[in-house]
Amino acid sequence: MSARDAILARVRRSLGVDGTEPDRRATAEARMHDAPIGLIPARGQLDPAGQRALFRAMAEKVSSSVVAVASGADVPAAIADYLRSKNLPPSFRRGDDPRLAAMPWDSQPNLEISTGISDGHDLVSVSHAVGAIAETGTLALQSGGDNPTTLNFLPDHHIVVVDAGAIVGDYETFWAGMRQRFGKGVMPRTVNFVTGPSRSGDIEQTILLGAHGPRALHIIMVG
Amino acid sequence: MQITSPQFRQNATKALNDGQLQKALGNVQKGFIGKRALAVAALPEFEQLRDSGRAIKTHTLKHLDLYLEAYEAKVTASGGQVHWAETAQDAREIILGICKAAGARTVTKGKSMISEEVGVNAYLEEHGITPVETDLGEYIIQLRGETPSHIIAPAVHLNKEQVEQDFRRVHTHLAPERNLSEAQTLLTEARAVLRERFLAADVGITGANFLVAETGTSIIVTNEGNGDLTQILPRVHIVIASIEKITPTLEDVSQILRLLARSATGQDMSVYTTFSTGPRRADDPDGPDQYHVVLLDNGRTAMLGTEFEEMLRCIRCGACMNHCPVYHAVGGHAYGSVYPGPMGAVLTPSLWGVDKGGQLPNASTFCGRCESVCPMKIPLPKMMRHWREREFERHLNPPAQRWGLGAWAFLARRPKLYHALTGLVARLIGRIGAVRGGSLGWLPLAGGWTRHRDLPAPEGRTFLEMWADKQRKSA
Ligand code: SF4
Repeated sequence: MSARDAILARVRRSLGVDGTEPDRRATAEARMHDAPIGLIPARGQLDPAGQRALFRAMAEKVSSSVVAVASGADVPAAIADYLRSKNLPPSFRRGDDPRLAAMPWDSQPNLEISTGISDGHDLVSVSHAVGAIAETGTLALQSGGDNPTTLNFLPDHHIVVVDAGAIVGDYETFWAGMRQRFGKGVMPRTVNFVTGPSRSGDIEQTILLGAHGPRALHIIMVG
Repeated sequence: MQITSPQFRQNATKALNDGQLQKALGNVQKGFIGKRALAVAALPEFEQLRDSGRAIKTHTLKHLDLYLEAYEAKVTASGGQVHWAETAQDAREIILGICKAAGARTVTKGKSMISEEVGVNAYLEEHGITPVETDLGEYIIQLRGETPSHIIAPAVHLNKEQVEQDFRRVHTHLAPERNLSEAQTLLTEARAVLRERFLAADVGITGANFLVAETGTSIIVTNEGNGDLTQILPRVHIVIASIEKITPTLEDVSQILRLLARSATGQDMSVYTTFSTGPRRADDPDGPDQYHVVLLDNGRTAMLGTEFEEMLRCIRCGACMNHCPVYHAVGGHAYGSVYPGPMGAVLTPSLWGVDKGGQLPNASTFCGRCESVCPMKIPLPKMMRHWREREFERHLNPPAQRWGLGAWAFLARRPKLYHALTGLVARLIGRIGAVRGGSLGWLPLAGGWTRHRDLPAPEGRTFLEMWADKQRKSA
């Protein structure tokens, strides 16, 4: 008997079932199919303006910095401002995200932009989030050529652009949107929920920012 | 690891006399308890979410075979591979096999208690492959040749001066006169040293907080980002997880995520919650070429359908040990097991056998704080009592302890007599103490154990009842 069959057989013996019971199968399949929503905290159940305000407050609570701009056209200037305020060189790396590509970078002629994955030696990266979750100030990023996952973790400063309209109240609403884009039961290779810059409390339980991931997380809300 | 739980009493005595350890253990109470309380108070629905989490896990365990099958099918469909491991040895061999096939020389590792349970590191080393722990706490204890003393804060038993000494001892390529007196400089040094290891690794091994049956997704929840660098940079990603990590849907995971970080570190959400499904896709510029999941049983199927089944709801948040007076007093290593604290006292005899772990359920004051903070409402004291009964029945307690506890229970149920006698004993002790120059090595009926510990209030089935039962049976 394979290890697989042995383990499944032991599970079934312990549960007193043989695995073919139609009602059990129907129950499990229905749960995976319907994905029933459990209890959603009231905290995020606000109108869009309330959700944006909550997202911002929760993100700042976990040491993210947040700025709001009116449109994508303002993003290059917002990035240049951030780099100046942190005394960083005017350069960063990004992926092929068409929304980022369409922004008026000519307005910031000093900015040096490279694209593609990070080799671990970039100081600053820029990503475009797929969404954000207000209840905990969480960004959601998705892997792919548009926004390579290495850009989320290797640079010291991670700048994330998010459409204000993509901010939702809770995780469940985010998953509902994901299913619409990808189809039922299908996921991109990686979805990263990011809630603040990297940190560690492993030395004497003192929280310090900048463990292995970015030391700083800067969020630009658009719209 | 080598289980030394049977020596709990000796381990505990040593721990109580270890000044460095006692200083470090102060951080457990200072750090975790208040933060959890604040986070819980800020979410009015927390109690209801506990019920929701418990219901999800109970449902999952009742349908575990079906969700495991569904999960496997989804992983396969997304291009990943599932390997089933009945025992720790099976898991070690599977992991070594994957590493060898990949021609791996170094392997980075995200924090994984299952990897500790299975003993992955020692096995890889024996076969010429270098495992590098990348979670800061795990990295520190790996340098020291130690095991974790806490399931989410592996180096909580250490002070920063000890970490400084280890970094100076091991990072010999760095200037000896550098300043390492602050935690921040230690962190910065570890970040730089490990960055090179991440970039050089051939295989990355992570654990999983959840496996999602609906999508074939594995999920890691971390704060440092090391788990992500472990899994996106090497060519091969291996996930090692035990079978009870299965959760039906992303919605179910979302419910439990609201409990996990609040219970563990008092955060509303950990910094990184990463959902991984299969290897890199055709148009992905980064990510691993291979994605393997090692599904481990190692004793869990034997807990299903027994009085210990509820332990399989555990999400490894650490709240039970953070709130445990015994853990506060002796720390994690005294338990002599991969899993310390109340959850370890239940899991160790379940996974390694009552002869190896049977002492641990006695390492409790039965104060009930563990159960009251457990996000999954696991009745830890009740299960410790089950183990105590079993151990008692197996005559594993030394005879003096059996007699002593039996007698104590007899007295405890007769409060007047108890108080009269303890009063007498206290006076007696005072006199013995005086004779011995004030230090007490023992107490009548209770041995050295009472020195650092309050006597518990009697609860449930007393030892006298069990003892009388046993006398009847053997008569
Ligand atoms: S037993 Fe409960 S409190 Fe302890 S680690 Fe498990 S889930 Fe957390």
